[in-house]
Amino acid sequence: MHPIRKKRLTIILFLLAGVSVAVGLTTYALRQNINLFYDPSQIAEGEAPVDVRIRAGGMVEEGSVIRDPESLRVEFKVTDFTSSVLMEYTGILPDLFAEGQGVVAMGRLDGNGRFVADQVLAKHDENYMSPEVKEAMDKAAGKRAALPDGHGEATASY
Amino acid sequence: MYPELGQIALILALLLAVLLSVVPLVGSVAGRDQLQAFARPLSAGMFVFVALAFGILTRAFVTDDFSVAYVANNSNSMLPWYYKFSAVWGGHEGSLLLWILMLVGWTLAVAVFSRRLPAVMVSQVLAVLGMVTVGFLLFTIITSNPFDRTLPNVPADGADLNPLLQDFGLIVHPPMLYMGYVGFSVAFAFAIAALINGKLDAAWARWSRPWTTVAWAFLSLGIALGSWWAYYELGWGGWWFWDPVENASLLPWLSGTALMHSLAVTEKRGVFKSWTVLLAIVTFSLSLLGTFLVRSGVLTSVHAFASDPDRGTFLLVLLAITIVSSLTLYAFRAPVVHVRSRYGSLSREIFLLLNNVLLVAATLLVLVGTLYPLVLDYLDMGRLSIGEPFFSLTFSPLAIAAGLLLGAGIFSRWKKTDGGWLGRKLLWPLAVSVVVTAAVMVGYGEFKPWAFAGVFAAVWVSVATFWDLWDKSGSKKGRLYGLRRQSRSYYGMVLGHLGLAITMAGATVVSNYGVERDVRMSPGDTASAGGYQVTFTEIGNRRGKNFTAEYGRFEVSDSNGRVVSTLYPEKRQYMVQRNTMTEAGIDAGLFRDVFVAIGERVSDDAWAIRLQYKPLVRWLWLGSLFMAAGGFLAISDRRYRIRDKVTETQSSTASQDGDRSRPDPAGALS
Repeated sequence: MHPIRKKRLTIILFLLAGVSVAVGLTTYALRQNINLFYDPSQIAEGEAPVDVRIRAGGMVEEGSVIRDPESLRVEFKVTDFTSSVLMEYTGILPDLFAEGQGVVAMGRLDGNGRFVADQVLAKHDENYMSPEVKEAMDKAAGKRAALPDGHGEATASY
Repeated sequence: MYPELGQIALILALLLAVLLSVVPLVGSVAGRDQLQAFARPLSAGMFVFVALAFGILTRAFVTDDFSVAYVANNSNSMLPWYYKFSAVWGGHEGSLLLWILMLVGWTLAVAVFSRRLPAVMVSQVLAVLGMVTVGFLLFTIITSNPFDRTLPNVPADGADLNPLLQDFGLIVHPPMLYMGYVGFSVAFAFAIAALINGKLDAAWARWSRPWTTVAWAFLSLGIALGSWWAYYELGWGGWWFWDPVENASLLPWLSGTALMHSLAVTEKRGVFKSWTVLLAIVTFSLSLLGTFLVRSGVLTSVHAFASDPDRGTFLLVLLAITIVSSLTLYAFRAPVVHVRSRYGSLSREIFLLLNNVLLVAATLLVLVGTLYPLVLDYLDMGRLSIGEPFFSLTFSPLAIAAGLLLGAGIFSRWKKTDGGWLGRKLLWPLAVSVVVTAAVMVGYGEFKPWAFAGVFAAVWVSVATFWDLWDKSGSKKGRLYGLRRQSRSYYGMVLGHLGLAITMAGATVVSNYGVERDVRMSPGDTASAGGYQVTFTEIGNRRGKNFTAEYGRFEVSDSNGRVVSTLYPEKRQYMVQRNTMTEAGIDAGLFRDVFVAIGERVSDDAWAIRLQYKPLVRWLWLGSLFMAAGGFLAISDRRYRIRDKVTETQSSTASQDGDRSRPDPAGALS
């Protein structure tokens, strides 16, 4: 083969090898590490997979935060005002974690519908709400508005 | 009165920028010298007016002029003066103005330091920079005017600067980062100018190199400062979160690193030309993409100040215009590949090609991981997130492979390297690296495959770098003479590569051997982390200038029971925005940090406390200081200063013979 063509071929092969390694690694890693978001209604309806790492979020229900007196374990309910899900977390909660505030948690659902979180995120500042939480709230609000007894006002303060 | 002057200054700067992007370009195409001569004065004028606008905005902050909406939203009369100053770029509008100031600053620098360049080249480069400036000035004036007034309802006091941003790190992080981002616009302008006049030669590569290198050095510093700031200010001891905003800065860094290396090949050997031009375009586009991601409100984070759909659309259009027009130009004008110089299948060229392949693969990977969730969300196909595991799994092997190749590549020669010779050359460095890495593993008391690979790559890079320095500095007149004979760009390369090794070592060790514990503690309790005993002695309250704080007192003692330091981590309550902030207590050291942060109060007398032992965490940032120092040293090399027009025309031919006559300027940052 002509040396220049040979060289070009080597370069192309190198590039192809690099790109295919990258693509292979990426798809492999993506398959393992995509975390889908579910809102409390979806979890209540059994749409979320059990024992797969997912994200879930909503408002922390008023009066639902219970701390273990011996350790850093804490339980709280997260709600979209239609359904709620019980979450369990051990560790330090973010500064802006509070009852009535939006949170997003990363973790796994166990067989009993309890969400075991390994990471809890709260909003950065007063004006910020996670788009996912906002969407879950809006969706739930829409659902309630469709109900005849109109519990929808509950969301007005948020 | 003053804010309106600022507004007028911005509009005048815009007019000058429009002139700059048209007049010299027309002059250079039509061959009219008098039109080209406008390039430098127009650049200077543009700089003066933008600097004036920036000065006026700064004045509004320092004098608490809350009639300016931007000041009212981002400052407060209680803010200490230095934060009033840094609050100028604490919000969207001001940080954009800072970005433009940097851009016109770079333009001015090109105008001043390009006396030896042909006039055609200078006018085209400045014209391209003028076009970029037009885009950003329009963006500011139309969508994000920092001088908008709140008249007639002037607030009594400002809404304060986000407490997260009230920190030394924020004073310096954005300017450094922007210097880097914007600096790549110069490399971009050189590439476009070269495409316009069809002269992609070694001289073009030589002119682009120092600008690229210095932008890269600033970007390295900016990224490191951001990581350092996140480590101590976000409160929880993480140093890299693979957050889209961080990735936005990493992307141009990765492709900029590739660009820097392929420019070296283009300059020395006259090959990879089209590839280098493409990289220059890609790197600048990634800088713009970063701006778009961070500033458009697509992402919600501490960097996304306000989401205004107009801004996002404007930036996206700007990005699209840049990419489409430059790629179109590239498609028509990129040189038809005719390789004049030959190189063997084992040569420095090939090693640098592999370096580029790995860096581009890493860029693509980070790009996919960053954009995939955004695109899915935009297409309404579900919300998902791609977190740290994805990036660690894919990025680490590429980084390690790059390190291993780098060590071998340092010894390789241009054109052709004998495989057997290279193998024998690598034997001893290899043996030394294995022994050192094994010793490190024993030192940290646990063997982990990933830790071994990462530490080995780091040790290998540094051993090879020093080995090569030793080889090259051998001289009959003595070692010192030999060391002094090496060029500054060679030492720049040495520093840059050592910096990479240091950062790699730090990242590997801290992720594999760091200890992180969340514990429940009451005053009087003791807990341990990584061989240190931490005693919670008391809790108290104090007042700062614009916050109140609850602080804890912690005594850190080593395994012998000797107290090594006392830490005072805090939980701050900022008065104006009612935000709570965690300020960590850190006992910093070259080989380890001990990190204590207070979490929430879990009962009347107990707090959640995070204790961390972070080995070599400082090396992460120390390494980037080395890299940046290497970049600055390389551009101070005399070969960038003493060449005149005569040698420039010769250089395209001179570079063909491999430049082995001098110690090794060829190796500069390669």
